[in-house]
Amino acid sequence: MKALKSEKLNVEEELCKGCGICVTFCPKNVLKIEDGKVAIVDIDSCIQCGLCELRCPDYAIYLGGK
Amino acid sequence: MGNNLIEKYYRTERLPHIWCPGCGNGIVLRAIVKAIDNLGLNKDDICVVSGIGCSSRATGYLDFNTVHTTHGRALAFATGIKLANPNLHVIVITGDGDCAAIGGNHLIHAARRNIDITTVVFNNNIYGMTGGQYSPTTPTGDKGTTAPYGNIDPNFDLCELAKSAGATYVSRSTVYGANMITKQVEEGIKNKGFSFIEALTICPTYYGRKNKKGDAPEMINQLKEMTINVDAYYKLPQEKREGRIVIGELYRVQREEYIEKYNRLINSF
Ligand SMILES: Cc1ncc(C[n+]2csc(CCOP(=O)(O)OP(=O)(O)O)c2C)c(N)n1
Ligand code: SF4
Ligand code: SF4
Ligand code: SF4
Repeated sequence: MKALKSEKLNVEEELCKGCGICVTFCPKNVLKIEDGKVAIVDIDSCIQCGLCELRCPDYAIYLGGK
Repeated sequence: MGNNLIEKYYRTERLPHIWCPGCGNGIVLRAIVKAIDNLGLNKDDICVVSGIGCSSRATGYLDFNTVHTTHGRALAFATGIKLANPNLHVIVITGDGDCAAIGGNHLIHAARRNIDITTVVFNNNIYGMTGGQYSPTTPTGDKGTTAPYGNIDPNFDLCELAKSAGATYVSRSTVYGANMITKQVEEGIKNKGFSFIEALTICPTYYGRKNKKGDAPEMINQLKEMTINVDAYYKLPQEKREGRIVIGELYRVQREEYIEKYNRLINSF
């Protein structure tokens, strides 16, 4: 079952160091590294599990917020 | 920055932080802050104290009362702070070198006293800040700049050390399961006594490169493979336990806290 898409997935590019942690641990292949930064390539597959936010060491990707 | 958790508890004007791409320190730090948020504590009632090392730079990014002290001495400063103002929740952030090499003596005595401090050691198995010297937790056989042919020392089990020295809450977790770090920090803060949380983290730059461990995502996966939850561990037959690192709540006991004892003495006059 797909979760309700209530929270937007945000990226702060200037904080991203391109480590690839979020890409590896995203269960739905939503993310990719492009030109050394994270890129959202398939937002429709995102289930808003928050695993990217949980393990991003640089606080560059997160759900919700302002 | 629109990330509510980070906005609320970090000095966001200092971001991006100095840690290398893929360094686990940022993951552990977020997990700690999440624990504070879950407990609903007032920012002014918290004091975070750190020593010296990459991990100890954490205090510079946090919007609490913070003190960045000297190498190995975070627990000595924290003890003074807690005695002077027992109402503060005192949290110590330290590295494996900071806490177990130069600061090992402070660790055992803070544990022995059972003073109400929550210590989180960011264990990356190396001295990161100074370029990759081996630490008391570098696994035997692994390399550092000071052990180019492999470390011959047996590595410390920090949780066993803290438990034996007198800590009343002891647990271990990893950056793979960062939610477990959060849960353990909550338990540590709630425990009235010395709490010791070992967060296994990664230094891809020095430990990783020296030991050919691959990139940050691979190193995080290795932490997942190496560890086993305490309940599952004790269900394994003896011969299958070898080499597994146990995570979860490892020890908890009730014992009178140091400041309570101290006040009892003062009030007896
Ligand atoms: C009294 C003193 N001795 C040595 C140093 C050099 N020094 C700085 S950080 C460090 C080790 C840090 O290792 P660790 O605590 O594991 O932290 P990490 O950098 O890996 O997070 C050392 C030896 C110092 N700053 N002060
Ligand atoms: S929230 Fe989950 S599914 Fe969505 S991008 Fe992050 S890790 Fe992937
Ligand atoms: S985990 Fe964070 S820093 Fe690393 S690539 Fe993803 S968004 Fe960038
Ligand atoms: S040297 Fe290691 S511990 Fe220090 S910031 Fe870089 S990856 Fe992290």
